[in-house]
Amino acid sequence: MMHTATALGWWGVPLAIFAGAIRVSTPFLFVSLGEVVTEKSGRINLGLEGVLVTGAMSGYATSYLTGSPWLGVLAAGLVGAALGMLHASVCALPRVNDIAVGIALMLLGTGLAFYLGKPFVAPKAPNLPAIPLGNWSAIPQVRAALSINALFLVGVVAAPALKWVLANTGVGLMIRMVGDNAEAARAMGYDVDRVRFLATAFGGFMAGIGGSFLSLYYPGSWNEGLSSGQGITAVALVIFARWNPWTCLFASLLFGGAGALGPALQSVGITAGYYLFNAAPYILTLLIMIITCAPHRTLAGAPGELSITK
Amino acid sequence: MEAAFHRGINAALAPLAAILVTIVIFALFLLAAGANPLAAYGAIWVGAWGSWFSWQNTLVRAAPLLLTGLCMALPAQIGLIVIGAEGAFVLGGLAAVAVGLPLAAAGVNWLFVQLAMALAGIATGGALIAFCGALRQFRGVNETISSLLLAYIAIALMNQLVEGPMRDPASLNRPSTRTLPDAVMLGNIPGTSVHVGLLFGIAACIATWFVVFHTRFGFAARIVGGNARAGRVVGLPVGELVIGFCFLGGAAAGLGGMVEVAAVQGAASADLATGAGYTGILAAFLARQNPLALIPVSILLGGLDAADGLLQQRLNLPDATMLVLRGVLFMTLLASEALQGRISLPRLVRVRLGTVPAGE
Repeated sequence: MMHTATALGWWGVPLAIFAGAIRVSTPFLFVSLGEVVTEKSGRINLGLEGVLVTGAMSGYATSYLTGSPWLGVLAAGLVGAALGMLHASVCALPRVNDIAVGIALMLLGTGLAFYLGKPFVAPKAPNLPAIPLGNWSAIPQVRAALSINALFLVGVVAAPALKWVLANTGVGLMIRMVGDNAEAARAMGYDVDRVRFLATAFGGFMAGIGGSFLSLYYPGSWNEGLSSGQGITAVALVIFARWNPWTCLFASLLFGGAGALGPALQSVGITAGYYLFNAAPYILTLLIMIITCAPHRTLAGAPGELSITK
Repeated sequence: MEAAFHRGINAALAPLAAILVTIVIFALFLLAAGANPLAAYGAIWVGAWGSWFSWQNTLVRAAPLLLTGLCMALPAQIGLIVIGAEGAFVLGGLAAVAVGLPLAAAGVNWLFVQLAMALAGIATGGALIAFCGALRQFRGVNETISSLLLAYIAIALMNQLVEGPMRDPASLNRPSTRTLPDAVMLGNIPGTSVHVGLLFGIAACIATWFVVFHTRFGFAARIVGGNARAGRVVGLPVGELVIGFCFLGGAAAGLGGMVEVAAVQGAASADLATGAGYTGILAAFLARQNPLALIPVSILLGGLDAADGLLQQRLNLPDATMLVLRGVLFMTLLASEALQGRISLPRLVRVRLGTVPAGE
């Protein structure tokens, strides 16, 4: 990103933040869209950090072995779904706390990814292509900023689609009912554990895809320091977005912009406070949670069965 | 007494079953990876507990886990799930160095320097986790997420300070603070190569057990942990208890950070984020949040840490092998919660142990 900003001087900073917001936001977007569905069903999966890392590894490995990055994206989603199913199965046992299982999944997923990913740290796998939306511009920096990955566009379409499914379809109603009042859903004849199993598997699928974006597009390689808490930040983002998939899109862009702040400033020579700027998404998340949460009322849109807001 | 003994054994049965299942699953995993599970378990045994040398290594690694485990177990008594021990550990170590360096330079007596460093670690770590408790109490912010976010922020702050204002100009490639003089470093337990930080950890666990199970403060906390509304109805100061227990948990992890710099590393650098905070979470769950059970559990997990090098060397396994073992252990452990209270020792064994009368 160094060249993007230097040639344009200070104008490069907002441009780099804009470009970065789109790039950095994609993993946030996928993880949070999946987690909205999981949480709407009344479960919270805190282990998406582990799922994200495992998705990144398996996506990269598959792309390297098959030569097709899109197969990598699919593999990442399937592996993520498998981890989501593991979470859901353990949570369905009596007296097992879903938050604790999430912490365990965070450890297990990272461990598995690091173990199985060892052989893939060095080789170079084919990356996802970018769509050049900025060809109308003569300025190379603008063209670079507007070369956008297809996965981001998929996420942009998925957000309103998920909102519509949750609000207007039978499946959406079933998920919301299971999440708001499991007893009532049981009385209606729904299999609560089964709905949550599928909702958590979907959440894992999306988080896996979010991970594959990290390893297959930006930064576009696999190593053990690839994710720095995007998974857990995205879980907090869902609360900020009030369990609304459409709001998740804007929240992800906001967080992406915050994440792009450090590198953008660094590119114009501001290196002081580098680590603190890199921590900007976490600081932002915490501030937003402090401002938007309230002690004595339930948040609007919060599923009634969710352990984290009870 | 016998009843309490029986309860203790029964509480330990489910975690022991989880450990057995983990041993089997991990053996299958090793087989799939082309390694010999028996050789692997042999290497773990030798590296962790096979000799006095390995025992000392194990105990050194158990010391921080006792303290970071308390950072989870103390708030757990009051019903909170705090996973930010890594942040309290790192900031505690940094604060200890910040206080220790000028005091040592001013020629203050070593005992006072150590006390001041311990207090700095305790206060900083405690303040960080107490902040999570306060956010939970007054703003309804979920403490699990806020404590993890604060851990990331704390590590960034530490890196910023170590690379900036607190940097030793002589540390070129790997930025670090100046090193504490040997005179103010914590010594070893006489006759061993294990630093006295282990004793701090054990003392903290025993003190926590006493406070939680044998004082009115601890009793009140357990009532609130069981049912916060009931606690409020009977007039317990819920807010003070929540923040107090969070402070104590953070204080333990902060003390762990002080021990890490004052007994092991000698200076603060990026190496201070050792991951002890995250292993402490596993330790606390394995101990079922019981402070006394943290002692054997930390020796178990410390042993796995100590054996890590030998396991990699002998079987040519990647360094993430131990991470997988820990992850599998954590998952089976949580699944074993479902067994709690449903399994007990066979009757014959209970008769032998004298916990049930033979004639019954």
